[in-house]
Amino acid sequence: MENIWIKIGYALLTIFIVLNYGLLLQGLFRKIGARVGRRHGIRIWQPWVDIIKNYTFRSRIYHGVMYYLGPVFRLTGGIGLLLFLPVIYGSEMFSNFSFTGDLMLVLYFQFFGVLGMALGAGESGHPYSAIGVSRGLSQVTAFELPLTLGVLAIGLQYHTLNINEIVAAQQGSILNWTFFTNPFAAAAMLLSFLGAMGRSPFDVVLAPQEIPIGPPTEFNSSLLGVLQLNRAIFPVAKLILFMNLLFGGATNWGELIIKTFFIYFWSVFVGIAFPRFRVDQSVRWFLSIPLILGVIAIILIKF
Amino acid sequence: MSKEDLEKRTVYSPEGEPIEIDPLNDYFLDLRPESYAPRNGVIEQFANWARAESLWVLGFGTGCGAIEMRPLMTPRFDAYRFGIQWRPTPRQSSVFVISGYLSVKTLKRVIRSYEQMQNPKFVVALGSCTINGGMYWDSYNTINRLDHYLPVDVYITGCMPRPEALLAGFEELKKRIKAGKGDGANKYADNFDWYKANQKKIIKDWDMPDYNW
Ligand code: SF4
Repeated sequence: MENIWIKIGYALLTIFIVLNYGLLLQGLFRKIGARVGRRHGIRIWQPWVDIIKNYTFRSRIYHGVMYYLGPVFRLTGGIGLLLFLPVIYGSEMFSNFSFTGDLMLVLYFQFFGVLGMALGAGESGHPYSAIGVSRGLSQVTAFELPLTLGVLAIGLQYHTLNINEIVAAQQGSILNWTFFTNPFAAAAMLLSFLGAMGRSPFDVVLAPQEIPIGPPTEFNSSLLGVLQLNRAIFPVAKLILFMNLLFGGATNWGELIIKTFFIYFWSVFVGIAFPRFRVDQSVRWFLSIPLILGVIAIILIKF
Repeated sequence: MSKEDLEKRTVYSPEGEPIEIDPLNDYFLDLRPESYAPRNGVIEQFANWARAESLWVLGFGTGCGAIEMRPLMTPRFDAYRFGIQWRPTPRQSSVFVISGYLSVKTLKRVIRSYEQMQNPKFVVALGSCTINGGMYWDSYNTINRLDHYLPVDVYITGCMPRPEALLAGFEELKKRIKAGKGDGANKYADNFDWYKANQKKIIKDWDMPDYNW
């Protein structure tokens, strides 16, 4: 695949598929959440209409350049994470821009959007945004620790930081998945995954009932639309990352959809069963069990 | 922001240099709202369909009618089925439900919140109090007719209206929006002086900019 234009075409196709899949997951899981609460809940196509609605507002409020760039950075974080991942293992078309050592870059991209958003929300000048940002950043920092330990343990286990090689090492049998060969790293990562998905019990940052809606309080119309696009793409990118690292990747879109659905379902399941943590509680929680599991994973790999 | 924060005053920089500040002029934009012409033809129809099917309600309980909005989220009435969702901030919502009587004090907050919403925005007025004052008709502290102060799209009558009536009202609002009649924000901008004069007649201590951007 020499031609860069063909690559860009496939990258756009990947984004399109992932965006729609992400919106479908959003609708589906809100529906599941409603069913647990004995409601019918939203219509499954509601997320699409919400985005279109936000783009059709006639007026919008700007608070400055950084405010405008906040959502842009956020979306860049989501799309960047997605495009540096090998989405389909062994497929040249959907490996996009992954390269040797991409694992480190991917970890960085996880944080990129959050920081951009923090700057943008800061410029809106709304006190709720500031509270939301400080809550969000402390929570992200807390769950990044076990996550990074888990990722490092996996890197040590396979002697590579290339996601493609990590996926390649897990092929053959289900028992080759990192989930079974390195259970401690997998446990640490799956627990911090709960925080990364931002669902209950770790949704204090964005929950409407807490300080209203957190960092995006001031974002309106199409700027909010950009954030919503990211909220569809980013989770799926994270799901693909976890699928690649822990569950042997996917060799076609069907396999990808089945695997990512169940990984997402893990966070939904926990979210529906457990009530919301305060920030100090969630930070303390991430720094206890998941962190210990991460340290154990590293020690076991090293010795 | 308290009232003293809005008064003109002199502050001193760390070097002791005096600086004159006038918060109402320095911190706030004093532009008037604009009215926006709708796009043409099919695009506007499609946009109106999307606006109607995704109603984000600003959750602001103004009077006792607010108690009837809560059941809409419960399994029994479940307004989410109709594309109605709650939003905690005026910036992101498109429907403002005035739930009952408006005291002078609340009116001020309602105006601020309404003006922070983006065009197009819709107002649903709930209960007799918003139509003619209801049982607070001769109260010294409430307004009588809401549409003298904000452009109202749909009234829902009753004291208090049942949640079913609210759902019916939302359906009515959807029909209006789809027919392209949900133009309250433009009406407000076009008749800005009239609305402001009415509002200032009621609110004696006006301590905010004329339009809250
Ligand atoms: S109409 Fe009746 S229920 Fe509604 S605010 Fe007025 S007095 Fe209260």
